[in-house]
Amino acid sequence: MLAYVIRRLFYAIPILIGVNLLTFTLFFVVNTPDDMARMQLGVKRVTPEAIEKWKAERGYDKPLLYNENAAGAARLTDTIFFEKSAKLFVFDFGRADDGRDIGHEIKTRMGPSLAIAVPTFLLGLFVTVSFALLLAFFRATNLDFWGVVLCVAMMSISSLFYIIGGQYLVSKVWHLVPISGYAGGLDAARFLLLPVLISVVAGIGSSTRWYRTIFLEEIGKDYVRTARAKGLSEAAVLFRHVLRNAMIPILTGVVVVIPLLFMGSLLVESFFGIPGLGSYTIDAINAQDFAVVRAMVFIGSVLYIVGLLLTDLSYTLVDPRVRLQ
Amino acid sequence: MMPIVLWTDALVFLLLAATAGAGLYIRRHEYLLASWRRVGESRAGMAALVVLLAFVAVGLLDSLHYRPRLADANGRPANGYGTEVRSVLDALLQPLRAATEKTYSAPLATHLYARETVELPDGTQARVFPRLKHGGAHLGDAEAEWGGDVAWRILRGLFFAVLAGLTFLLGAVHLAARHWAVGRSQAWRRMRRGETRFAWNAALLTAGLLLLLAGPAISLAGGYHVFGTDKVGQDVLYLTLKSIRTGLVIGTVTTLAMLPFAVALGIAAGYLGGWVDDVIQYLYTTLNSIPGVLLIAAAVLMVQVAIDTHPDWFATAAQRADARLLALCLILGVTSWTGLCRLLRAETLKLRELEYVQAAQAFGASAARIMGRHILPNVMHIVLIAVVMDFSGLVLAEAVLSYIGIGVDPSTISFGTMINTARLELAREPVVWWSLVAAFTFMFVLVLAANLFSDAVRDAFDPRLTGRRIAHSAQGQTA
Amino acid sequence: MRALSCHVPLLSLAILLGGCGEVWNNPYPSQDGGGNILYSAFTERPKHLDPVQSYSEDEAEFNSQIYEPPLQYHYLKRPYELVPLTAEAVPRPRYVDAAGRAVAAESPKVAFSVYEIRIRPGILYQPHPAFARDGDGKLRYHDLARQDLQGVHSLRDFPHSGTRELTAEDYVYQIKRLAHPRLHSPVFGLMSEYIVGLKEFAERLKQADAALAAGGRRNAWLDLSQFPLEGVQAVDRYTYRIRIRGRYPQFAYWLAMNFFAPVPVEVDRFFAQPGMAEKNLTLDWYPVGTGPYMLTENNPNARMVLERNPNFRGEPYPSEGEPADAGAGLFDDAGKRMPFIDKVVFSREREGIPYWNKFLQGYYDSSGISSDSFDQAVRLSVEGEAGVSPEMAEKGIRLETSVGTATRYFAFNWLDPLVGGSQPDAASRERAKKLRQAISIALDWEEFISIFANGRGISAQGPIPPGIFGFRAGEAGINPVVYDWSNGAPRRKSLNVARRLLAEAGYPDGRDAKSGQPLVLYLDTTDRGPGDKPRLDWYRKQFARLPIQLEIRGTDYNRFQEKVRKGAAQMFAWGWNADYPDPENFLFLFHGPQSRARTQGENAANYANPEYDRLFQQVKHMENGPARQALIDRMMAILHEDAPWSFGFHPKDYGLIHGWVSNLKPNNMARNGLKYRRIDAAQRERRRAEWNRPVLWPLGIVAVLLAASAAPALWGWRRREQARGRA
Repeated sequence: MLAYVIRRLFYAIPILIGVNLLTFTLFFVVNTPDDMARMQLGVKRVTPEAIEKWKAERGYDKPLLYNENAAGAARLTDTIFFEKSAKLFVFDFGRADDGRDIGHEIKTRMGPSLAIAVPTFLLGLFVTVSFALLLAFFRATNLDFWGVVLCVAMMSISSLFYIIGGQYLVSKVWHLVPISGYAGGLDAARFLLLPVLISVVAGIGSSTRWYRTIFLEEIGKDYVRTARAKGLSEAAVLFRHVLRNAMIPILTGVVVVIPLLFMGSLLVESFFGIPGLGSYTIDAINAQDFAVVRAMVFIGSVLYIVGLLLTDLSYTLVDPRVRLQ
Repeated sequence: MMPIVLWTDALVFLLLAATAGAGLYIRRHEYLLASWRRVGESRAGMAALVVLLAFVAVGLLDSLHYRPRLADANGRPANGYGTEVRSVLDALLQPLRAATEKTYSAPLATHLYARETVELPDGTQARVFPRLKHGGAHLGDAEAEWGGDVAWRILRGLFFAVLAGLTFLLGAVHLAARHWAVGRSQAWRRMRRGETRFAWNAALLTAGLLLLLAGPAISLAGGYHVFGTDKVGQDVLYLTLKSIRTGLVIGTVTTLAMLPFAVALGIAAGYLGGWVDDVIQYLYTTLNSIPGVLLIAAAVLMVQVAIDTHPDWFATAAQRADARLLALCLILGVTSWTGLCRLLRAETLKLRELEYVQAAQAFGASAARIMGRHILPNVMHIVLIAVVMDFSGLVLAEAVLSYIGIGVDPSTISFGTMINTARLELAREPVVWWSLVAAFTFMFVLVLAANLFSDAVRDAFDPRLTGRRIAHSAQGQTA
Repeated sequence: MRALSCHVPLLSLAILLGGCGEVWNNPYPSQDGGGNILYSAFTERPKHLDPVQSYSEDEAEFNSQIYEPPLQYHYLKRPYELVPLTAEAVPRPRYVDAAGRAVAAESPKVAFSVYEIRIRPGILYQPHPAFARDGDGKLRYHDLARQDLQGVHSLRDFPHSGTRELTAEDYVYQIKRLAHPRLHSPVFGLMSEYIVGLKEFAERLKQADAALAAGGRRNAWLDLSQFPLEGVQAVDRYTYRIRIRGRYPQFAYWLAMNFFAPVPVEVDRFFAQPGMAEKNLTLDWYPVGTGPYMLTENNPNARMVLERNPNFRGEPYPSEGEPADAGAGLFDDAGKRMPFIDKVVFSREREGIPYWNKFLQGYYDSSGISSDSFDQAVRLSVEGEAGVSPEMAEKGIRLETSVGTATRYFAFNWLDPLVGGSQPDAASRERAKKLRQAISIALDWEEFISIFANGRGISAQGPIPPGIFGFRAGEAGINPVVYDWSNGAPRRKSLNVARRLLAEAGYPDGRDAKSGQPLVLYLDTTDRGPGDKPRLDWYRKQFARLPIQLEIRGTDYNRFQEKVRKGAAQMFAWGWNADYPDPENFLFLFHGPQSRARTQGENAANYANPEYDRLFQQVKHMENGPARQALIDRMMAILHEDAPWSFGFHPKDYGLIHGWVSNLKPNNMARNGLKYRRIDAAQRERRRAEWNRPVLWPLGIVAVLLAASAAPALWGWRRREQARGRA
């Protein structure tokens, strides 16, 4: 088991290198280091010397991928790519192009992001599983039919509409919660209520449908028929047997998402002015801050790989027949 | 005029041709036809299909592009073409396109939505709501005549809609009667009661409803702005109809672009195994592990830079905008092929062990031949389901990406750009709601129809694949 | 049923939260209610707070409340006037010749101008650990080792703080920092042209820095006070002297900017200690000044907080101004000690809509008006005067307007063969000029202002905006190429004139007279967000009226700048905000030797006209007066005729303020306005409660709906269970 985990983590290294190389290529095709310098130094009265100085200080005056002037291994190491990527692997993100410490920034922004993502995730799971269970209970009735229609309708609405509509009605017209912003501590609840609610509602449609099919598949299995034949009430069958067994595909399906909760949500954070990692990413894209974009991509990939690993592990936990080699 | 074939046009028509070809192929193969018959039995599926066809018709009309010849000026013949690229839809909607007001006006309004300072005849100034240049311009006394005129136009529209509907229905009944070799009243009863295998009643009912909506809308559009006008006075109905093509292109061309990769790599990985499998798995894990939005953002910016630095590549702004639309499709394709690829790899792993494949190997058939002749046809249902299922997710994704600013070119009319501007209008007081409502309605109907249709297709081909849509559309919703 | 059960806690949570106060949507902690606090917002996170580097207006919003350069702009008087801030008086330059002898200002022998600035004694810095001294009078925190900084995350983690008196040496130190090898001052290039010895000084510092790095002490503190700067010297504790090359009367304006604010050597040394920068403890992050406020919370992602500086000397509120100011109640506090507000909370507000809505709810004290909200907010009276709409007036909201010291323009690249002016032969030059003039007439900026700025601007007759010397109002000031004067107002010439000019330029009806090909022009813009589409459509429409076909190339800002820098753009729209209220700051935008493409100067259109350049050299150093005006008029005539820009418009700043804010007068030059402001917190509290009553019926409806949908489910459940029981 441990050996498996370790080997999987080693596999991650070439993937992370690939991710870095790809981000790096994409970014520098778009942005020359000169562009970055100009962006950071402002518009008025920028001299070429100032740009050179900026680049030299941040190590952007080197060749991008291959240094012709160096000798030996330095040809590959004395480049922007190597210098900027190598440190990522020990989670040293360095400084943003505007001079701030990225690691510190990520630490402070993680709180708000998680404060939205975790309640959304848990509440969403709870609501959709409950709803799906309800529909499965009433399978092949009008209630089930209209429930599914409602789900399809709900998943046909763009998430933008949920946010725009929710914000407009609840905050602007009804004055129930602050329009946007964030505060630490208990005060955060007032700011989080609406974004969490909207995210949950926006996700109900597709997840419910998915869980419903899983439940229906489970209900069709032999053991359920046996349980029923034993004379158990429908509710008991549903909760004691179906729910428990269906949780396996559900949980293994969502495990991959859990680590990515750290990344925050781009849309919700930017609409509600929440200083999390999602809005940090958007800011960085807009400001063409490569250091931050690179760090966020790197973290995202690491979390994704961790998610895959957790999924595999969760299979063994819920189903002892699965062996990891 | 000079016909112009934009890149996306070409792909759209390629797709159309492929669909027609597939149709012919299916007709000749009974086992495929059987699955499609099951689709035809689904009421919801057929109702959705009618709606989708209406959208597709608008989209296709909007995909026939041309550059109008310049008008002769002062006797000098012009030997050039305008730089503006128009479509057949533009030509059909010319009255709507040309009827621009100064700024906002409400649906069916006769007056502007904003006060303006006007100089009165006596030289003083006043702030009033001015009359519109086009909306209700035919009315003399707008306040008094408006109600009657609107009602009359709606009635006229309904009348023609009913007329057209009945003609269509009679034609359909006539054809059906001949096909089933029964009397017309008999055929009509069957269709009405749903005693047919094909869900005629749902399809006809939907078509009738569409006509009943379209009739009055067309009738009203002759004299008013049915959905009002936007900030620079463009007709919102026109904008909404133009958005349809963008949505359809994103939804279909993207899948078209990614299919070759996904199918070839997925099957190759599954069948060949070994280092090929390793490389392909490495490729899609790497692509997948980059947060989708960041990848899209970087790629879109890159394309934008390429377009910016080579203005000479494109003769017109429309071609430039089209290049960006195409690029967006390709990029979305790159980020979304991994899911399908993984499914195909898994399926191929299973098929590889089957007897007939083993037999083919024993006969010494080449790997390429086995993959092409034996495996590909047997995974096509997965591909089909993936294609129809991805469609709605991609339409939704376009809106979100355009909102973040990494979507279509700003000069391309799309649901995303409409929503983005409409969002600002909600802050106005009194609120400007019609652009948002119009975009919402059309987008909702389009996506809903696509979802219902894809459900029907999935149920007909493989009822067990249901859960997998999550993985595909998730990127659209989290983007 | 289960779906319902999870909403119940949410509902009760909402009600619980609401129970805490009268209003539910207050974004601030409830204990702050009723405090003497001003609430404001910032949209961009400040990049630099180091006065040597900061050049943007949103950074000045903070820095100018903290740092005090020797001079400031008078808060109320117009036209803008410099008055002393920490200085005793506004310095008058002394002119000397090369040998150091005093000469008259007009003398051709002037080689240097000498500014002698005397600051007031007794001014104290804000409390700061860099000044903290121990019992022996030694600086407490100046020999910290890396491990001493463990557990230190912000300045608040230093238990002791101190202060000291402001001296002339601090000002000298900051001017030296302009040349610091590790800092990027945007004005270093410009200042090294003027301040005697600054360039050489920078060279010496660079060598010293390299020596430090070579000695293994890279990034160690570079004590600038050890290096003399020839042109800047402290004469005594309270006086310093700056020597400027030649004549540069505009230099006084620079003395009102934060580039010339004091930075004490202790602070520089404090922050240069090893380990500080890694913890974000830098001057770029924690400004230290003598001003009325000090930055106590710096979280650029969410909020920045300024609090009253306890050591502030207490400057009196001005008692002079414009005649209208008395009626506006701007003199009610005359002579009282400023500042009036204890604390200023800036919240990060990235988007305009929440900003505007929060303003309407009373959570921001003042707001600009987005164009979309204009009709609700503003009503133009019969005379064309802007006022707030009745709904706003009822809420006690007031409107402040001022014409900004900025200009938005549409430039033709002088190097372009089609629309430019540097073709070799006179005939092509003439044709291109006519084309430019035709376009200038066709671009209807009045319409642009009314659609996109809701009338918030005045169309420009030249580069110089009103309120700056050189601007001429009335008929004398109009651009005769584009406008006619009729009925006491400038009227844009008719399109027919433009079409005639176009025909004379060789493009009758927009076709090349020879080839018959349509004329296609290219516009480069940075407008490419989804919301910018209307503006692009507008440009296309304007050109189509001539008719010229316009192709728009939207690019990102970097690419746009690069194109302009290389002189590759044909036409582009841009703007300029004044650094200081002097016509030179606008006229130099056309100065040939400052061409963007050739010398990276600020002349983005690359305009070049020898006669204009000659006049510019004269006007540049003149004192304001009739002679200067006459020369400016001649320069204007050249620009009108050559039309290197279609002069767009001067945007008007409209600001709304709530009834509880007083002493606010828009000032486009002075950024240190917070100290003048006053608020009535009790009134604000009442208004907020009144405007934000929560609407509860939707919650009721949601509850009823959920219950209603749960009922059939419950009923069906019962029936099923019973049915099974029976079976």
